Parts: sequence; C-alpha cells; structure tokens
Amino acid sequence: MSITTFVIISIIKSVAVVGILLTAVAYSVWLERKVSARIQNRWGPTRVGPFGLLQPLADGVKFIFKEDLTQPHVYKPLYIAAPIIAVVFAITSISVIPFGTWVNVGHWGTYLQITDLNIGLLVVLGITSMGVYGVALAGWSSNSKYSLLGGLRASAQMISYEVSLGLSLVGVVIMAGSLSLRDIVDAQGGVFWHFIPRWNIFHGQTLAFFIYMISAYAETNRTPFDLPEAESELVAGYHTEYSAMKFAMFFMAEYANMVTVACLATLLFLGGWHGPIFGPPILQAVMPVFWFCLKVFFFMFLYVWVRWTLPRFRYDQLMAFGWKFLLPLAIANIVVTALAVALRAQYPGTF
Amino acid sequence: MLHLILFLFFGAICVAGAVNLLVQSHPINSALSLVVVMASLAAEYLLLGAEFVAAVQVIVYAGAIMVLFLITIMLLNAGKEERTKGSRVATLLGVPGVTIGAVLVAWTLLGRSSTTRSVSIGALWGAPKDIARLLFHDFLLPFEITSVLILIAIMGAVVLASKPEAVARGPRKDA
Repeated sequence: MSITTFVIISIIKSVAVVGILLTAVAYSVWLERKVSARIQNRWGPTRVGPFGLLQPLADGVKFIFKEDLTQPHVYKPLYIAAPIIAVVFAITSISVIPFGTWVNVGHWGTYLQITDLNIGLLVVLGITSMGVYGVALAGWSSNSKYSLLGGLRASAQMISYEVSLGLSLVGVVIMAGSLSLRDIVDAQGGVFWHFIPRWNIFHGQTLAFFIYMISAYAETNRTPFDLPEAESELVAGYHTEYSAMKFAMFFMAEYANMVTVACLATLLFLGGWHGPIFGPPILQAVMPVFWFCLKVFFFMFLYVWVRWTLPRFRYDQLMAFGWKFLLPLAIANIVVTALAVALRAQYPGTF
Repeated sequence: MLHLILFLFFGAICVAGAVNLLVQSHPINSALSLVVVMASLAAEYLLLGAEFVAAVQVIVYAGAIMVLFLITIMLLNAGKEERTKGSRVATLLGVPGVTIGAVLVAWTLLGRSSTTRSVSIGALWGAPKDIARLLFHDFLLPFEITSVLILIAIMGAVVLASKPEAVARGPRKDA
C-alpha cells in the first residue's frame, strides 16, 4: 500500500468513525429519553419527526443558538478549556476500538478500525484516565461551591473505580496473552459443546465482567454512581455554571464515554464481532459489524435501564464499595485466573 | 523523517511545559503544565518504540498522580504564589554552577560521541512481554523488595495522617 492510499483510507475511516460516534451519541440521548419515558409510563419526545427521531437535531440547534453565559466569577482559561478537554478525550479513545474483521473494497483492503495498536487496551485506559481533568477542572474553575464539590467527587470517584476497572481487565489479558484488542477478540472465536460461544463472559471471566460493568458505571458517572452531578444535593455538580454548547459538550463527553465503555465490554467479554454468520457473501461481510453494533446497543440500553431502576448511592457507601468490596474481588479474580492458566500450561488437557 | 519531526515537536512541548511550570504563579496552572510535560514525555517514549512505558506513563503519572495533586490544590484552594526576588547567593553561585554543569555534560557527550551508539527512533524494545520477563523473572527480587518498600511508605503515611489518640485506641469498633 502506498503512502497516499494509506492516508486516504485513514482519513475516510476517521471521518466515518467519528461521524458514526457522534450520531450514536446524539441518538443515545434520544434512546435515554424514550426508554426512561416508557419506564415511567410516559411518551417521551414525540413531536419532532416520527417517534421524535429528529429531537437530537432540534436539541443541537437549540444548544448552538442559546446564549453562552460566562459568569464573572469563573477562572476563564480553564473554564473554557474544561469542556474541550472532556470531549476531546472522550472522542479520541474510539480510535483504537476495532469493530469488524478485514474488509476488501475493490482492490483495497483494511481492518475495520482506525488504527491497530499492540497496546490498544492500555491506550483506551490511558485516554479515559485523562478525561478526569475535564470534570475536575470544570468544577474548580467555575468557582462555585456546588461545582467544586461535584468536581472533587467526580475525580475521587473516577480514580477509585479506575483501579478495580483496570484490575478486572487483567484476567481477560491473561487469557488472551495480548493487550491488542483485536487479538483479544480473536481469542474468543469458536464454541463450547457446539452451542455456548467461547466469549470471555462464559469462559471464566463472569465475575470480571460484573466488576467491569459496575466500575464502568462509576467511571462514566452514571446512576447509581452519579454523585458528581447529584441534582438533589449539588444542583448539577461540576457543570452547574455551564450553559449552551459548553454544557452540551459535557453531555457529549458523557455519552461518548458510555459508547466507549460499551464497545470495550463487547470486545473484552462478549466476543466482539463474533456471532452466527450465514447467508449470501454480501450479508456475511456485514454480519460481524452487525453483531458488534447489536451488543453495543444492548449495553447502551442496559445503561438507561439501570439508571431508571436503581437509586443513588451515598458517598461513603460508594467509596466503601469500591475499595473494600470490588477491589479485593478483582484481585481474587486475577489470582484465580492466573492459577488456572498456569495449571493449564502445566497439565494440558485437564482444564 | 516524520518521526523525527514529531520527536522534536513533542520535545519542544515538553520543555515549554517545564518552563511554564516555573513561570506560572498559580499552583493549578503549574500542575497542569506538569501534566503537559508528562503527556509529551509519553509521546516521546511512544515514538522511541517503548509503547508499554508510554501507556503506563500516561495512566499512572498523568492520569492518577497528577489528578491527586490537582485535588489537593483544589481542596486547599491555594492562592497565587508570592514572588520573592530570590537570594543573591543563589544568583551568584547558581548561574555559574548551572553553566559549568551544562558545559561539562556537553563536553563529555561530544568527546565520546564516536564511541556511544545513537538510538534510532522506534528501535527500542519495550513490548509488554519483554518488560514482564524482566520484572517477574530476571529482576524478581528487586521488584518485590520495591513493592514492600512502597507498602511501608503507605503504612507510614496512614500512621502519620491518623490522629494519635486513634492509634492508641486501636481500630474503631463500629467501623
């Protein structure tokens, strides 16, 4: 492949993936409003377009044309930088997420992924950990007590749960023997006893999956861990002083992070794009991407479902749960997984 | 060529961040400059081929330790630093000292440039497997001793931070 082709393909992939991500973010908001309405026996958005499908567009227009207030008491450079930091890091992490197998278009071929790194998983974790700055700085630079409390809570919570989140993934890495997301997915192909897929969630990592999901909800500040923006005590937490597009950027960052977390859960525990493949060749080429999107959609739905089912934790419960319960469980999971893998290497065929 | 340009670019950012750290009078700005230094250092590692080290640099230093710095500064709500003129002794001895040190380093490096090998970009070997072999096989004992050392430091911090009467009473019964 010549350098020109490479650049062209990369640009096409980047634009397509970011476009799809932003659309997914917009429609996650729609999904959230629709599902939450159904759970509470309401209708949700119905007026703009069929089933309210054009609502995200209307919301976007509203955010752009709203007056962008900047309070006189804020520390301006960081006040403006914070939403940008949040949204940039939220969107960047999609660049290493693979969402399908090799495809050929004409005589050009490419992996369905912007770039394949052999430390893809660590890159996602690194970028997510940088996302804390957006929230923390927003809280501090707003110079208001609610924002500051929200920002402090958010950063403490995200750092605490990042530990168990990272450790819950170690089991998967041990099983796959690689940090490349593509290798991890490839290791999950095939079935047990002809019908149970060899996904990690069915392959000894069930506990890790639940630890991951719980920590991921805390990482993305979603209910039942939405203390940073707990509206009954902190008005809106770290984004109290933001309005118009700056406020929307925090929202975009939150939903983009949710998409990333859902993608990661799909890749690491639910076998990524693996699923039954059948039909004519053209269908076979699209099926893996379809399975991937279906699984991601399932996780997005789960997010909304959990949000409207569970009440919020108290702050001390949140910290005690993270450090005293999830962390030891995650470490135990690593020890057991490592032992099983070592025994299997020692006595092949017994496990 | 592109690698070299990127390497110089991130190197410049790194130095600029470090200078900004010293120049800024507000602690938050200084802390953020340090984050920039850490992140651009990670980019340099990545360009040299040490991908794992780069990722760990971002996750541990830029993502965790600096956030704790930031929380501390936010909690203390530290105001602007006061500027002092600096002592005359530091100016008289420091500037020549730094100059002599820099000259010595440059002189040594230039004198030995024929014998030292240059590292080409992307040639370092730092795959996770290699590092794991070094840490858990070749240098297992130093690694474990370091972890015990860190554990002792953590326990020391807990003892220092807790109130003396709480230590005397022993662990809380109701907790």
